[in-house]
Amino acid sequence: MLSFFSKPRIQGGVHAEQHKATTAALAIANNFPIPKKLYIPLQQHVGKPAEPVIKVGEKVLKGQLLAYSQGLISAPVHAPSSGIILDVNDYPAPHPSALPIRMIVLETDDKDQWLTTQIADDPFRLNPEEITLRVGAAGIVGLGGATFPTAVKLNMGRENHIDTLIINGAECEPYLSCDDRLMQERAAMIIDGVRLMLHGMSGEHAVVAIEDNKPQAFVAMQTAAAPFPQLKVMQIPTRYPMGWDRQLIRYVTGREVPVGCRSSEIGVTIHNVGTAYAVHKAIRLGQPLLSRVITVAGGAVLRPMNVEVPFGTLISELFDFCEADLGKTARIIMGGPMMGDSLPHSGLPTVKATSGILALTQNELKNSDEQACIRCASCISVCPAGLRPLDMANNIRINQLDAAVDLGLKDCISCGCCSYICPSNIPLVQYFKYASGEVAARQQAQHKSEQTKRLIDARNARMERIAQLQREEEQIRLAAKAERERLKAEQEALA
Amino acid sequence: MMLQLKPSSGAHVGANTSVSHIMWQVMLALMPATVFGLWCFGWPAINLFVITVLSAVFFEAWCLRLAGRIAKPILLDGSAALTGWLVAMTLPPWAPWWIGVVGSGLAIILGKQVYGGLGQNLFNPAMLARVALLISFPIEMTTWANVSPLFFSHSPGLAESWHITFSGLYTIDASTGATTLGYIKTEFSQNRLLTDILKDYSGFLNFIGWSRGSLGETSTLLLGLGGLWLIRQGIIQWQIPVSLLLTVTLLAGFFHSLDSEHYASPWLHLNSGALMCVAFFIATDYVTSPNTPTGQLVFGAGCGLLIFVIRSWGAYPEGAGFAVLLMNSATPLIDYYIHPRIYGRDRKGKPLEIPKA
Repeated sequence: MLSFFSKPRIQGGVHAEQHKATTAALAIANNFPIPKKLYIPLQQHVGKPAEPVIKVGEKVLKGQLLAYSQGLISAPVHAPSSGIILDVNDYPAPHPSALPIRMIVLETDDKDQWLTTQIADDPFRLNPEEITLRVGAAGIVGLGGATFPTAVKLNMGRENHIDTLIINGAECEPYLSCDDRLMQERAAMIIDGVRLMLHGMSGEHAVVAIEDNKPQAFVAMQTAAAPFPQLKVMQIPTRYPMGWDRQLIRYVTGREVPVGCRSSEIGVTIHNVGTAYAVHKAIRLGQPLLSRVITVAGGAVLRPMNVEVPFGTLISELFDFCEADLGKTARIIMGGPMMGDSLPHSGLPTVKATSGILALTQNELKNSDEQACIRCASCISVCPAGLRPLDMANNIRINQLDAAVDLGLKDCISCGCCSYICPSNIPLVQYFKYASGEVAARQQAQHKSEQTKRLIDARNARMERIAQLQREEEQIRLAAKAERERLKAEQEALA
Repeated sequence: MMLQLKPSSGAHVGANTSVSHIMWQVMLALMPATVFGLWCFGWPAINLFVITVLSAVFFEAWCLRLAGRIAKPILLDGSAALTGWLVAMTLPPWAPWWIGVVGSGLAIILGKQVYGGLGQNLFNPAMLARVALLISFPIEMTTWANVSPLFFSHSPGLAESWHITFSGLYTIDASTGATTLGYIKTEFSQNRLLTDILKDYSGFLNFIGWSRGSLGETSTLLLGLGGLWLIRQGIIQWQIPVSLLLTVTLLAGFFHSLDSEHYASPWLHLNSGALMCVAFFIATDYVTSPNTPTGQLVFGAGCGLLIFVIRSWGAYPEGAGFAVLLMNSATPLIDYYIHPRIYGRDRKGKPLEIPKA
């Protein structure tokens, strides 16, 4: 049986101001008009980008495969609506850099015409491998933000013996309420998805964990899960970052995932509620992952709401729909305000990872006047990973990156608690992201120079060997010549 | 046209705290004990307090100017004023003006700015100043005014207070005496026993602060209340005050029970000298104390132990300043050995082993 509460431990964390009430009270809007153009990135997941199978000018139907998954860890991409392929080219990515990445541009025809698909009558009679295949073919990735291909995770679950599947309904980021609304409105479908996932990875039990600031979602999920003894719905304390997978695993199972291990190695795996819902749609309705519920909120948004949006929709169109005032917008954030990425402009598409789009005003942002560190150690007490952010930052500031790595830089999850709490407004996470990038770049440079040195050494050895061979051949040739001449002289002497 | 915004890393929102907020909260917590001290020791104390705080701010501004930094925003964080305030709290209330100025100068220049300013110093600036003053000017630093509250008939008036502050006391013996701890120490050297020494001692008066002592250190009651409020506000943690006071109480209790004629009771220790001020306001200084709860427990216990040892067997009647400075120097060591365990790793930083199911 499950060992609930044997060691319920929460380390660190902050009580951030919620800002969820407005959007959590509204039903998910599904009247978002299909945009004229969709910009669909080929990489919306962890792993290799998908490879296009369509040509420019081709007509596609809704749900049709646009690009197939490449390699072991990858996910396919499908057409979110019907229309014509306009272009396959590089466009700015929904990333703080807005650097170009490969996208398919789809001009929609407003018909939203589905591709006909076949559906299994009773998916529980399919074997688990078949479930995983279908989940993979539907392009489903972790919708909590990690975007790890779900099928790969289900396979890993089947290979390791999983006793507990945790469904993450924590939604601990402020402002976001898309999972909350999804659980309130579509609980039965999520629970069905959870059962399908359990079947797909031959798991035994599932626990849905919901923060106790979502009582309605909890009741809805509990009602939907009641007929199934293998499912349990539990409330967890509201404390950011409760939704960090490893924190949640420790809280729910009392087990701690060792560094360098996947959670499946200790018999636990974790999926988001949105992912469970996508699995339900893929298996029961034969619909690949084409859209998701996105929270559009923030002080500059006049009509904040949760809205179901096809992937590839430009943020600017979302802002038009929700009446965001760009004049008041000081920062555009994709995701939540703690871990989300700030985007340079709104001309970027939404992707599978987009749980929220926030337009925050200057008043809502953290003050950015950096002051001296007073060693108050708040950052240490809030760090859920048990790190010492202030010591790491001090080392990074003087370019002692190795010392920062020794202090645990690589164990930082960028949750933002330290930056959030710092009374001196030190952008700690910025330091850590910079240092991680710099460490990786240095390792790459070192690797490259070692590689070069090895190649040069190999070439020198090869040249030396060739020269040696040539010298030996020359000696043999000379010896043969001398022998020939000696024989010739002997013959002449005989003659 | 789409707006172009500078990308930055999370967290994009923040808790509603700031350095100046923290400093002001501490000053607010110091207020009751300070006001009480200023009232008890009258106009000369007020003169000294104002001079000390103003000179701390002046020295801070001067150092920042020398360093080529813009002084105003840094002065507004309140840390220099707080340092000056704490220095003033620890001075004999009727000390001459230059004690305050030199004290603030030592605290700000040698205690803080030479290390690079706020957050960089190894030692608590106020305690550094106090100890340096005590060693350099033993007479001025051990001349304790009698309690002579404002507007009482025998208390110095405004004109007289100017004289005390700027020209020095002229009737020293009539208006000064020894602190409890100092008195006990001198009388022990005359081979007197505690019951005899403490004939006139009132635990209650010492508890509320009606006794000779440093300007803001006499009232255990008000310092304790201010400290508890700071803990409630989340500005300081309970670990250092509790472990410090508990260590002193236990040690004093143990030795007092062995030999009550030569070791003062825990109650006397708790109500004497700088103990309360140090426990709640000095030892809890973020910059010079350890970062982790366990480290803070060790630090507090260390301070308590040293305070008791110096009080009981040292040459000085009070050891709080020395104790804090010694433990300050141990802070980096404590932080090196005591730190949180990283998730998924053991205490030494090695990854945990995968449990066998």
